[in-house]
Amino acid sequence: MPVGRDRITIVGASLAGYWAAETLRRDGFEGAISLIGDEGHEPYDRPPLSKKYLAGEVGRDRVNLGNAEKLAALDLDLRLGRRATGLDVAARTLEVEGVSEPFDGLVIATGARCRTLPGTDGVAGVHTLRTIDDADAVRAAMDVGVERMVVVGAGFIGAEVASTAVGRGLAVTMVEALEAPFGRVLGMEMGAVLADVHRGHGVDLRAGVGVDEVLTEPDGGTEAGLRVVGIRLVDGSEVACDLLVAGIGVIPNVDWLEGSGLEVADGVVCDETCLAAPDVVAAGDVARWTNARYGESMRVEHWDNAVQQGVHAARRLLQSDEEAEPFTPVPWFWSDQYDRKVQLAGRTHPDAEVRVVAGSVAEHRFVAYYGLGGRFLGVLGVNRPRQVMQSKGLLEQDASWDEALVFAADWD
Amino acid sequence: MRVVVDYDLCESNAICMQIAPDVFEVRDDDFLYVLDENPGDDRRAALEESVQRCPKQAISLED
Repeated sequence: MPVGRDRITIVGASLAGYWAAETLRRDGFEGAISLIGDEGHEPYDRPPLSKKYLAGEVGRDRVNLGNAEKLAALDLDLRLGRRATGLDVAARTLEVEGVSEPFDGLVIATGARCRTLPGTDGVAGVHTLRTIDDADAVRAAMDVGVERMVVVGAGFIGAEVASTAVGRGLAVTMVEALEAPFGRVLGMEMGAVLADVHRGHGVDLRAGVGVDEVLTEPDGGTEAGLRVVGIRLVDGSEVACDLLVAGIGVIPNVDWLEGSGLEVADGVVCDETCLAAPDVVAAGDVARWTNARYGESMRVEHWDNAVQQGVHAARRLLQSDEEAEPFTPVPWFWSDQYDRKVQLAGRTHPDAEVRVVAGSVAEHRFVAYYGLGGRFLGVLGVNRPRQVMQSKGLLEQDASWDEALVFAADWD
Repeated sequence: MRVVVDYDLCESNAICMQIAPDVFEVRDDDFLYVLDENPGDDRRAALEESVQRCPKQAISLED
């Protein structure tokens, strides 16, 4: 039996929240839907912000999720620029900027925010990149012709920003505290391959050396009265820059849930079906759920996960406990850097065996498999989307390592 | 139902091919080919998922 509800509130008007709203309507929910977002913008898509939007190749119209017509058809109580400030699960009330309101179904999709470098708040020229306002600020700096950029953190956001900046003619230095750039996600060996791609495009990539201090000079026209002029690294070396972008990870937005009655532990803790409490689900970057495929609690920050989990969580609210299904995706993401498309499906592990099954690593066009303990764990492709997706299907069937190698045996 | 791909937006992530391999194919040249531009209504759920999960929002369906 479907669950009768009159009023579903979605907190977070980005990807997961948008698709949750769209799914509720698609599945026939006729009650009121409130979509509350703390940014003053209509729902938009973040991937272009570090790529084509930052490059100035596409405008605002290409970044919106859906269009005005589609958004209107969802018949939402859309409240933008409004922040949820509290929740009482037992009382079924949400607090929005101090004002309490009832709900009988709630989707938590508040996402995450960027970590920042200590002591850089308000320093001109220092940015993170997550929101469209962030992207506009970095793009504006590039538009006025800054020449030297430092990217702190060799992760995927940093890598895309570096790629875009190189395309715009900036001299880019990328700094990573860990020995292996991209190693946390790709492992040592493949992280080094991606590092090689960046160095090949002229990026001065320094790994295994952390930032000691952000160097500034007085600038009376700015918020903190300071402007970035460079960084000093822990080895004592200094790098001059006019623009610094930190891509050093994100923090799930759960502060507002203190005292709500929900369990919070690096994200909103959910069961296998994305249910956090009766009548409350979570989706996207903020959701920590048990992925039954792996038997592990996980929180995934990928675009595709936000879409799929937004859909799944919304549907969960319309289902009884008996109807509910576990959310068991194989994680997948892509990243566009220079003329390379990097795609990773599944997972990696520091101890995994890595086998190149197609293409040429030297040419930066290949497919690599990750295996551990007889199990096929993940697939990495660089400019090989067809084979990545075929392999992703194999991962969804929980194929063994041997089965995976046989599957890929005929590839060039 | 007609499947429309905006090739100016498509960047061959191939997620559509995984969801609906009878309709979409990314070949070894890294380009997307639509194998069936007018699939039957029984394919609607898979095609709607392809629309949702296309990272470039390059796919649309017309009735």
